Amino acid sequence: MHGKGLRGLSIATAATLVTAFALVFFYAPLDADQGFVQKIFYLHVPMAIVALCGFIFGGICAIGFLRTRDRKWDLRSYVAIHLSLILGVGVLITGSIWARASWGHWWVWDEPTLVSFLIIFLLYACYQPLRFSIEDPDKQARYAAVFAILAGAFVPLNFLAVRLAQPLAHPRVLGASGNLPSSMEFVFLVSLAGMVLLFITLWKYEMAAKQTRMRLKSLRQRLLSP
Amino acid sequence: MPALPLDEAGKYVAGAYVVFVAMILIYVVIMAIRLQRIEREVAELDELAARKEREESDHREEDDLERPDAARLSQDAGLEAPRR
Amino acid sequence: MRAVSALVRKDLLLELRTKETVPAMALFALVAYVLFHFALHRNALEGDLAAGVLWVTILLATVLGVNRLFVAEREQGGFDGFLLAPVDRTAMLAAKVTALLCFLVVLELIAVPAFFLLLLGPSAGPAFPELLLILVLADIGLAVVGTLAAGLAVQTRARDLIGPLVTLPLLVPVVLAAARATAPLFSAPAGGVEAKWLAVLGLYDLVFVLLAYAVFDFLLED
Repeated sequence: MHGKGLRGLSIATAATLVTAFALVFFYAPLDADQGFVQKIFYLHVPMAIVALCGFIFGGICAIGFLRTRDRKWDLRSYVAIHLSLILGVGVLITGSIWARASWGHWWVWDEPTLVSFLIIFLLYACYQPLRFSIEDPDKQARYAAVFAILAGAFVPLNFLAVRLAQPLAHPRVLGASGNLPSSMEFVFLVSLAGMVLLFITLWKYEMAAKQTRMRLKSLRQRLLSP
Repeated sequence: MPALPLDEAGKYVAGAYVVFVAMILIYVVIMAIRLQRIEREVAELDELAARKEREESDHREEDDLERPDAARLSQDAGLEAPRR
Repeated sequence: MRAVSALVRKDLLLELRTKETVPAMALFALVAYVLFHFALHRNALEGDLAAGVLWVTILLATVLGVNRLFVAEREQGGFDGFLLAPVDRTAMLAAKVTALLCFLVVLELIAVPAFFLLLLGPSAGPAFPELLLILVLADIGLAVVGTLAAGLAVQTRARDLIGPLVTLPLLVPVVLAAARATAPLFSAPAGGVEAKWLAVLGLYDLVFVLLAYAVFDFLLED
C-alpha cells in the first residue's frame, strides 16, 4: 500500500538532492565570515529542521492512534520517530564537524540549536527502549503514543528555554543569522526540499517494508493453521 | 565559479557530506538485508503452500480409497449411482 | 474531589508509616552536597554555581522519588482497584501529582536550609519570597512531569532505568529556568529575579499540566 508512489518519489528525491549539492558547490557564494566551512550549513540545518518536524509528526500520528486505536497510526508514529532519530545522529555529527571547523572545538555550548538538539536526542533515545520493554503489544503502542505526544510537545518548549539561556550579547557561533543573500537562501530552500523529500521517501520505504513483514507473518499463520 | 580551496576547510566540509552519504548508503544496505529476509520468508511460505496443496490432494485420494465401503453400501441400497 | 483527597491521604499515610521515600530523598540531597563539596573543591558557592548545585540536587532527588511513586499500585493491584471504582481517572493523576508535590515540599524544607548552612557562600541572604515563588513554580513542573514519567515507566520491565532516563531530559527546561532565576539571589550583591525565567517556568507548567490531563487516562487502561 505504501509502496505505491515510491518510484516517482525516490526519483524526485534523488534529483532534488543532487541539484541541491551541485548548487551548494557550484553556485552558492562563499560566505564572508566563515569561508568554505559555511557550506556545511546547507546540510546541517535542513537535516535539523526535518528531524524536528519528524518528531512532531510522530507526536501527531500518536494522537491519531490514541483517537482511532488503529495500529496503522502507531506504525506511522514509530517509523517517523525512528527516522528522525537517525537524522538526529546526522545532525549532531555534522554540527560537531562544523563546530570543530569554525571554532576549533568538537562541541560548542553556545549554539542553542545544537544544544537543544542534544537534549531532544537524549529524550527520544528512550523511545525504543521504552517500547521494547513493554511486552503486551497493545499496551506498548499506547505507552509509546503517550511518550511521543509528551516528547513532541516538549520540542518547542525546549528550544524556547535553551534559546533564552543564550546571552544576548554573544553572537551565534554557527548558523546563519537572519539575513541570507537571496542566492544562499535559494540553495538552502532547495536543500531543505531535498531533505523533506528524502524523509518522506524513507518513511514510505520503511512503512512498506514493515507492512510487508506483517502481512507475511499473518500469511504464514494462515498457512500453518489447518 | 566553483571555488575549491582544498585546505583545512575542504576536509571538514567533505567529512560532513561524506557522513551524510554514508548514512544513506548504510540504509540501502539495511534494506537489502531486509529484502533478502523477505525473499527467504516468501520462499518458505511457498514451500508451506505447496506442502499444504500436496497434503490436501493426498487426503482427497485417501478419502476416495476409504469411502468405497460406504459407497458400496449406499449403492447396494440403491441410493447412489456407482462412482466412476 | 473526594476521591482525590482520599487517594492523596492514602499516599501520605503510606509514606508516614513506611517513611521510605522522603527520608531517602532528603538524605540523598545531603550526601549530594558533600559530594559537590569534594568534587568542586569549594567551601562556599555563590551565584550561578550555587544555583546550579541546588537545582541539580533537587532534580536528582526528585528522580529518586519518582521511581517509587507508582510501585505500590503496581505491586499490590492498586490500579485494578482504582479502575473498578466509579471515579474519574484524572483523580489518580491529581492525587499522584499532589502527593509528589508534598514530598517535594518536605524535601525542600530540609534540603534548602541545609544548602544555606553547608554550601552557600556569604551572600546578602537570599530574598525568601522570590525564592519561594521559584520553588513553587519549579515544583509544579517537577511533580507533573515526574508523575507522567513514573506512569510510563511503571509498566516497563526496566522500570528503574526508564524512569530517570525519560524524566531527566524532559526536566532540563525546569532546571535551566530555575537555576537562572535563582542565580542572582545567591550572588554577593544580590540581584533581582529575572521575570522571563518565571514566565518560562509558568509556561512549562501550563503546557505539561494540560498535556498530563489529556494523556494520563491512556496510561491507566488495562
